[in-house]
Amino acid sequence: MDIRHDTHVEATTTPHGPWPEDSISRVPYWVYQDEATWLRERERVFEGATWNYVCLEADIPEKGDYRTTHVGAMPVVVVRAADGTINAFENRCAHRGALIAFDDSGNVGNQFKCIYHAWSYDLAGNLKGIAFERGIAGVGGMPADFKREEHGPRKLRTTTLCGLVFATLSPDTPPIEDYLGPEILARVRRVLNRPIRVMGRFTQPLPNNWKLYVENVKDTYHASLLHLFFATFRITRLTQAGGVLVSADGAHHASYTIGSADAPGASAYREQGLRSENDDYKLADPSLLDSVEEFGDHIQLQILSIFPGVILQQIHNCLAVRQVVPRGTDAMDLHWTYFGFADDSPEMNKRRLKQQNLVGPAGFVSMEDGCVGGFVQRGIAAAGDKVSVVEMGGRTAESQATRATESSVRGFWKAWRRHMGY
Amino acid sequence: MDMTSRLVQLNAAYARAIDTEKFEDWPKLFADPCLYKVTTADNVAKGLESGIMYADSRGMLEDRVSALRKANIYERQRYRHIVGLPVVTGEAGGVATTETPFLIVRIMRDGAMAVFATGCYHDRVVADSSGALSFAERVVVCDGGRFDTLVAIPF
Repeated sequence: MDIRHDTHVEATTTPHGPWPEDSISRVPYWVYQDEATWLRERERVFEGATWNYVCLEADIPEKGDYRTTHVGAMPVVVVRAADGTINAFENRCAHRGALIAFDDSGNVGNQFKCIYHAWSYDLAGNLKGIAFERGIAGVGGMPADFKREEHGPRKLRTTTLCGLVFATLSPDTPPIEDYLGPEILARVRRVLNRPIRVMGRFTQPLPNNWKLYVENVKDTYHASLLHLFFATFRITRLTQAGGVLVSADGAHHASYTIGSADAPGASAYREQGLRSENDDYKLADPSLLDSVEEFGDHIQLQILSIFPGVILQQIHNCLAVRQVVPRGTDAMDLHWTYFGFADDSPEMNKRRLKQQNLVGPAGFVSMEDGCVGGFVQRGIAAAGDKVSVVEMGGRTAESQATRATESSVRGFWKAWRRHMGY
Repeated sequence: MDMTSRLVQLNAAYARAIDTEKFEDWPKLFADPCLYKVTTADNVAKGLESGIMYADSRGMLEDRVSALRKANIYERQRYRHIVGLPVVTGEAGGVATTETPFLIVRIMRDGAMAVFATGCYHDRVVADSSGALSFAERVVVCDGGRFDTLVAIPF
């Protein structure tokens, strides 16, 4: 399938009628509620022509190392093969459908074996062994014409980019470099420029549709308004230099903040009387904000999303991958992997440990993103036929040199509508 | 008073400070510098050092309190700690190493009461010149790794 780069999304009818105003600046609330839409998303978005983040290469360094995860609703095994390549297949035994691997991670040696009836699979997900295939003493067993090679879990193609592992079920998904486009690709490479080191993993179940979280990540407008901590400590403010890059197809984004917070316009928050401007609030131990320039380009903060559901985050020296796993229409899991680099000094390690207070389930900044999606999900309970307004910065989805915009949110809807055929 | 009784008192004061929302009393139960970290048994088993909260000074603990009082937005909630009996696993150089199991029920604005976290406090406890105990280190090792919606209040 070709990725269309035009801004117009073909008008098609949804189960709820035509898309409101046929505009990516209008989002009907049923998209966060509708069971039929969730089923269609599983098929057309997650199991469609998209690259789904599944793990880090660092999670499975040795032959036989595996992790289990999800692509949409589909349970998936990701495993390092003997030749060093990475395979992914549906975590579903071809026999009776049980999970083939039921732990989060581990090492299986040469084969997976389903615990239910001991059917076994090689590291590529090929069915290799069937217990008592020929029966016992010539009695029982599988029919003579049963062909193992015709039975097996669905296989996914994998690709890697700078240590990130992605999987897709579609033969039509373009190479990851083309999928992302040159601008977003450069922003991934900028951060993941050397071997990484996992520092911790946490899961944050959120009481909202997965798209509300992805929109929140792409929404550069809210960050310094909702998050007092950001603005007060000059970590990011809309008055700082920066902008948002949106891939040509709208799907992916990278927002960034450059240099000093005390730039021209720094008084704009006070002038607007914004809650997030609070001069009375001081840190007793400001070592939390003792950051150092480590990428050599004065970008203090970069939030990058890859459609449909992974975020690469650099907030000063605080680095993390966030994986979005939907759990139906009104719940999702956010899987945080905090990381540093293999060559970090003890001082850098300490700095990252302290700055990690900013993010995650208890993050001085991120905690509010944990509840705001639920506030929307609850607020729209009786408004499935109403729409939200996404018009900051216009009605199109191009890169902009400001973050007082919802351009990348519109980009998400442009891509989502294309995949969904809505 | 024996060591176990003193530790029980310290833990009771800790739980009371948080559960009665006297958060400003919470940092005072720590030495300065100190280590306070909230992590999971899985991260500890894998040797992964990060926490969802991490503080190495009393000032950083005070900043947690001022953030939840003044900066962070979240739906009204409070905790009820049920803290088990401490086990002293070692004592050397005036530092007692202890383990104490805990259970936290989160009470939400709408009245829901549900188990929010369980785990074990892995502590290093010291006494000042008056004999008063404080935490040189409290590593909150949660049994699981799923933290529902958000964690504003310390464990």
